[in-house]
Amino acid sequence: MEQAKFVASSSPHVRGRQTVQSIMLDVCIALLPSALFALYRFGAYSWAVLFSCVAGSMITEWACNKLMKKPNSLKDLSAVVTGLMLGMCCPPTVPLWLPFVGGVFAIGIVKMPFGGLGHNFLNPALAARAFLLASWPSMMTTWSNAVDAVSGATPLEAYKLGQPAGYSDLLFGHVDGSIGEVCKIALLVGAAYLIIRKVINLNTPVGFVVGVAGFAWIFGGYGGLFTGDPLYALLSGGALMGAFFMCNDYTTSPCTPAGQFLMGLLAGILTGVIRRFGAYVEGVTYAILFLNVCTPLIDRYIRPKAFGEGKAK
Amino acid sequence: MKFKSIVKNGIITENPTFRLVLGTCPTIAVSTSAANGLGMGLAATFVLLGSNLVISLLRNFIPDKVRIPAFVVIIASFVTIVELLMKAFLPALNESLGIFIPLIVVNCIILARAEAFASKNGPIASAADGIFMGLGFTMSLVIISSIREILGAGTWFGAQVLGASFQPATMFAQAPGGFIVFGFYIAAANLIVGYFEKRKGAKA
Repeated sequence: MEQAKFVASSSPHVRGRQTVQSIMLDVCIALLPSALFALYRFGAYSWAVLFSCVAGSMITEWACNKLMKKPNSLKDLSAVVTGLMLGMCCPPTVPLWLPFVGGVFAIGIVKMPFGGLGHNFLNPALAARAFLLASWPSMMTTWSNAVDAVSGATPLEAYKLGQPAGYSDLLFGHVDGSIGEVCKIALLVGAAYLIIRKVINLNTPVGFVVGVAGFAWIFGGYGGLFTGDPLYALLSGGALMGAFFMCNDYTTSPCTPAGQFLMGLLAGILTGVIRRFGAYVEGVTYAILFLNVCTPLIDRYIRPKAFGEGKAK
Repeated sequence: MKFKSIVKNGIITENPTFRLVLGTCPTIAVSTSAANGLGMGLAATFVLLGSNLVISLLRNFIPDKVRIPAFVVIIASFVTIVELLMKAFLPALNESLGIFIPLIVVNCIILARAEAFASKNGPIASAADGIFMGLGFTMSLVIISSIREILGAGTWFGAQVLGASFQPATMFAQAPGGFIVFGFYIAAANLIVGYFEKRKGAKA
């Protein structure tokens, strides 16, 4: 009885109600509108792609834990989220083994060898997408229009060709693109849910949006400086997906608000650079991966002020 | 007994690739196909054998202060021999290994063995060290390049091993694949060697 009064434990002593599991569940819920839209626009096959991704991630996570003799971490749902995220940025026409291999890569090479959840230095879903893109470039860039079975260009390709899509088509997803990125309304609904649930903050997304839009406005036009179309840049490709779901991954983004904003801004600008001047049409993946690697550096130079610390003399 | 330890040293305990982690640049750059890996490994083995032997014979004549330049001259001579032989008899391999053949001169394994072993030991032991260090390097290169070739092209020594329906993951033939396979190879090799050493330690 005496002992019960003096509980010795290490910090943290006060815990919030958020757990890894609840956060991951929220992310799944936030991705639901986009997934439902994909079901409507691309058909059941797009869900098969998503499930294949999730299956690849979950099986690999389970196997890695078994191999490393660690407790099973499937219940925290992080593997499900990684799989879903990866599936969301695959084209809806890929053969089903491809997203599965992507899921295996994301968990088996990017996440678990570095220590699992919270220790990976790259966003697993994006790193896996980069792997798939580097390995099977033609499959990862074949967007066929599932509705009328005509293969079309994505809005970004169309913009480079000088035939941009209309804003409402972009907003409501009547364009070609990856499974989860076409309908911006669905993405924004999901993002709003995450913000309300306080799963994400706005630092990184705002930085990213400012970066993409600013760069596109200044350099994106083909008629000289300041003739670009910032709204088109934001509504096409994976910009919003990157801003709200990819860039602000806890593990691979900086800790301080200023650092988070800076990371988003730089990733946005880099996206613009790759889109405008690079060989690839879309640059969100590589821009964010690059900033993932820079995150420790940003954290090193932008430090939070310790409580009680005076002004620097 | 000593010979046995030299063999074990070169191939396992001080394997240049997964224990000393030397010569990583050619390891990643040329291990795109098994034939390249084997060619590079054997070329390095030949240079190691020659340079170790000659350096060991001259070890008492080379002044200590200029030993590194002297070693490099000896190594460079053997590299030139390899390069000319390869150009004459294996032009295709020479073409695919390209700049990495002349770069054997600055491969740290060779200089490291000259400095650490040949300059302190007799010619026969040094020659054996050169051969087995070289074979250890070759073994690593062949394993890494086989994995990369099979995954990245579906072939092994140029022959189709995976069915025609296999879609090669071209990333494994590119630089990132080199780093990934190299990392996993080091981990796996150390895991296996560590397991056997532990078991041996438990027995003794």
